[in-house]
Amino acid sequence: MEISALIFYLLAGITIGSAAIVAFSRNIVYSAFSLLGTFAGVAGIYVFLGADFVAGVQVLIYVGGILVLILFAVMLTHRIADVRITNRSVGVIPAVVVIAVFLGLLIQSIRDTPWAKAKEIVYSPTTSVIGDYFLQHYLLPFELASVVLLAALIGAVVLSRKETKE
Amino acid sequence: MAIGLAHYLVVGAVLFGLGLYTVLTRRNAISILMGVELILNSSNINYVAFSHYSSGNVDGQIYAIFVIMLAAAEAAVGLAIILAIFQIFHTIDVGATETLKE
Repeated sequence: MEISALIFYLLAGITIGSAAIVAFSRNIVYSAFSLLGTFAGVAGIYVFLGADFVAGVQVLIYVGGILVLILFAVMLTHRIADVRITNRSVGVIPAVVVIAVFLGLLIQSIRDTPWAKAKEIVYSPTTSVIGDYFLQHYLLPFELASVVLLAALIGAVVLSRKETKE
Repeated sequence: MAIGLAHYLVVGAVLFGLGLYTVLTRRNAISILMGVELILNSSNINYVAFSHYSSGNVDGQIYAIFVIMLAAAEAAVGLAIILAIFQIFHTIDVGATETLKE
């Protein structure tokens, strides 16, 4: 087996194994920490696909931002002194049936569809190209993104502040 | 067998299945948000894989960056809502927060 295939299977195993812990663990703290493995594995997959900038963004925002937020929320909403930290699952059997059918259909369509192929597969630095696209083709979504982030920021502050009575 | 587009799509599909399972079965609101993050990550894998193997330009990567940006906004607002719910109900079990029904 080639070394690149070996690395791919290692990254895919880390990603899916950690995601399985997120989905099946009984303790929510384990779930939150194994999310780290998933995000890091996905970042590795991006590097493997030649998307260096997206991998950097993934590490900065998912691992550095969202994961820390989720851990904060877990710690703030559970009395840590409690030994039993609940993370119960209900309706397992219908969910498994739905997902098995859905995954079967997805994998069949992945196998049977004749996907378009790029003329050549290139591995080149993408950061400057992405910067050009953001300020030319995608300028309006780029500016809208900053408005969305500002709205989310203000919304989060308003939601989480204490109500003060006059 | 060389690693190709289909391998990445299958990884994305399995990640999506696990995220959907988390969203469907968990009763803890934070766990449901974790499932949503898994689903968003699986879609991003598909975007970047198609960008690399099918189109050959960076459009897919740009969509992936927008998805990551929206995921950050969603996590900030979602977790603020969850903390507000926790202050009122003292639980974040989504089955227990049903006062709108009455």
